[in-house]
Amino acid sequence: MNKLVLIAGGSTLLYACLAWTMGVWPGIELSKIPAGPGVVPLTALQSQGREVYVASGCSYCHTQQVRPLDEDKVFGRPSAPGDFAYQTPELLGSERTGPDLTNIGARQPSSVWQYIHLYNPRAVVPDSIMPSFNWMFDVVEQVPAGATAVPLPKKYAPVYGVVMPTRRAEALIAYLAALKQPALSTAAEPGGELSTAATISANTPSSDGNDASRGNALYTANCSACHQASGEGLPGAFPPLKGNDVINDDDPTTHIRAVLRGVHDTRVGGVVYSSAMPPFAATLNDAEIAAIIDYERSSWGNHGKAVVAAQVATERANSK
Amino acid sequence: MQPEITARGSELSEKESQALVSVFSAYIISATLWLLFATAVGLLLAFKFGAPEFGGGAWLTFGRLRPIHTNATFYGFASIALVGLGYYVAARSSGTKLYSAALAWSGLVLFNVAAIAGSFALDLGYIDGDLEYREWPWWIRLIFLAAVVVTAWNLIATVARRSGKDIYLSNWYIIGGTMWAAIISIVGIVPWYQYGLGQVAVSGFYMHNAVGMWFTPLALGIIYYSLPKLLNRPIYSYSLGIFAFWTNLLFYPIIGAHHFEFSPLPWWLQTIAIVFSVAMLVPVWGGSSNFLLTLRGRIRDLIHSYPLMFIFVGVMSYLIGSTQGTLEAFRSLQEVWHLTAFTVGHSHLTMYGIIAFVIWGGVYGLLPLATGKQAGQLGMALHFWMALVGCFIYVTSLSIGGTIQGLDWIHGLPFIQSVIDMQTYYLWRGVGGLLMFSSHLVFGWNVWRMCYGPGVVPSPQQSLRAEESVA
Repeated sequence: MNKLVLIAGGSTLLYACLAWTMGVWPGIELSKIPAGPGVVPLTALQSQGREVYVASGCSYCHTQQVRPLDEDKVFGRPSAPGDFAYQTPELLGSERTGPDLTNIGARQPSSVWQYIHLYNPRAVVPDSIMPSFNWMFDVVEQVPAGATAVPLPKKYAPVYGVVMPTRRAEALIAYLAALKQPALSTAAEPGGELSTAATISANTPSSDGNDASRGNALYTANCSACHQASGEGLPGAFPPLKGNDVINDDDPTTHIRAVLRGVHDTRVGGVVYSSAMPPFAATLNDAEIAAIIDYERSSWGNHGKAVVAAQVATERANSK
Repeated sequence: MQPEITARGSELSEKESQALVSVFSAYIISATLWLLFATAVGLLLAFKFGAPEFGGGAWLTFGRLRPIHTNATFYGFASIALVGLGYYVAARSSGTKLYSAALAWSGLVLFNVAAIAGSFALDLGYIDGDLEYREWPWWIRLIFLAAVVVTAWNLIATVARRSGKDIYLSNWYIIGGTMWAAIISIVGIVPWYQYGLGQVAVSGFYMHNAVGMWFTPLALGIIYYSLPKLLNRPIYSYSLGIFAFWTNLLFYPIIGAHHFEFSPLPWWLQTIAIVFSVAMLVPVWGGSSNFLLTLRGRIRDLIHSYPLMFIFVGVMSYLIGSTQGTLEAFRSLQEVWHLTAFTVGHSHLTMYGIIAFVIWGGVYGLLPLATGKQAGQLGMALHFWMALVGCFIYVTSLSIGGTIQGLDWIHGLPFIQSVIDMQTYYLWRGVGGLLMFSSHLVFGWNVWRMCYGPGVVPSPQQSLRAEESVA
């Protein structure tokens, strides 16, 4: 019997001590970490959205942790312990089948885009393998007074009726919009929410930005979700760049400003587009923005005059 | 040592022996049903990567099915099968009867209630958080904990009635693993230290310990019994087995945080986890060399016995998969592989390659000894080769694909490029998965024959010395 006590009791006691040291005790200590500057609790609607996010298992494909690695800079600044104060259950995730969502509210501020993408991701990202969440939407005959239907491309819209988000979808999109990283310290550049932006600029050798394949890659990563690879945008949701007057204007000022500072309620070809375009001043350097602008000005039959990084730099300085 | 144990076993009364056989068969049948359910869900998940619209609606959406697949595999299939095998091994290696058949039956009911309730809850969106392997609502995990406690009690009481003085090595692992599983469950359930980043630390602890301090020890316990039994030769080194037991216990609980490398968890916690991931080579290599040395010079017996072949694959996966785990923990390699599909390949190499193969080896080796009925050679051959080739395709495609995925990110390509590049590998993963699932259907048929079949006269090739000694 003594030997049984040793094996069953002794090993269990030892294991309990190790479980305390490596599981419970770090849990106790780390649970006390206060919220970082600018980290605020979610509103009631956003909390509901977070519950939808959890119940739908979003974090099996989307992480919410930005690592201090170069490859993660596209997702925002490295996550800090203070970012997680109000995050229970935790949603760090273990797989990135889809992109990280830590800062998605800043990276994709357009709720119109989010609704279309949630209804059917392939309507805006043709190669996406994310499931459709069309079960979070209702198809109704007429748009209720004071509400707006989801402006789906014809190919993805139901044959009859219009698509309205349910309360569940509204909450989820409100939560996604709330996912914005606050700046780590007050020393960060005003207006620049990404303290890593300077590092990116430093790491990237400045060039004339005439490299078409580079422009194409940057466009795919930053612009094509809304404006599409074809440059045609989505009717009623995102304006076309193909044949766009601003893009074909020999004076590139408006074009450069739009990329640097973002735009909203813009009028293109007589149509007003209400969805907001995010500013890229903090995430892309001058050479990268010039490469994107040149790509847009020389693709899809556009013939705008090319710009160089220096012009972007001038415009960036003007806006300060 | 083994022949003596067997001799003691045969002195037991017919009725007591029959109670053990019923319990053992019932656990294996129940586990087989869970295997079929869990891997059917897994197969559907694999195909969703190529056809995201396939199986729409809330109930069939990827994010709800994924935890159903993992939890049903863990707590339905693997837990129930290992406990069933554990009861048989504990009773037979102690030369005594099962302490309480009633306790064993109530444990089986509790395991099943938990897994059924858990699967339904997840599908309806009742989830305690996307916390890997502990997604079930906490009260369902309490039912699972009750099942584990009942099991531990029954196992300890059985071994306490042993006829000899020594406690056979298998029972160290089986009793140890069951007791530790109770602690892991409690740590996972109690909420007071699980806020924000604190919960991340607990997740790191839980997800890795559930695998390595519950499934692995029980699987090792099954090998320590089945291998000598099937070869009719003692384990190469008893003391090496005990050494591996204590080193595993000391090193393993510390490595969980390596799942959160580069996360905001304290850097020292991550570094300690990496250091002990390297230390884990000691029990892993110690354990696997012990098994391989037990097999030395008996290759002919090995290749003529499917039970032994299953266990052999389990041992090799233990060696390869765990060594891979150590390598993955290095920061330089985590930079490439972390958050990619490579990890999914690793978890299947280990949970499938080690745990499932050892379970199958144990079932094919021990269930016929209990019921007196054999599975056919063809059935075992089909199961073995489809499972092996399927798992190989599955792990290889995700390992290559995951590496490409990681390099795409490092090279700063647009994110969608990594999704496009994975398509071929996702497709091959589905092919592997289809083979794996088909092999489980054959396993179901084999289990049926071992429990309810007519009883096949063993062919000369498969009649191992161990079986003769029992008869």
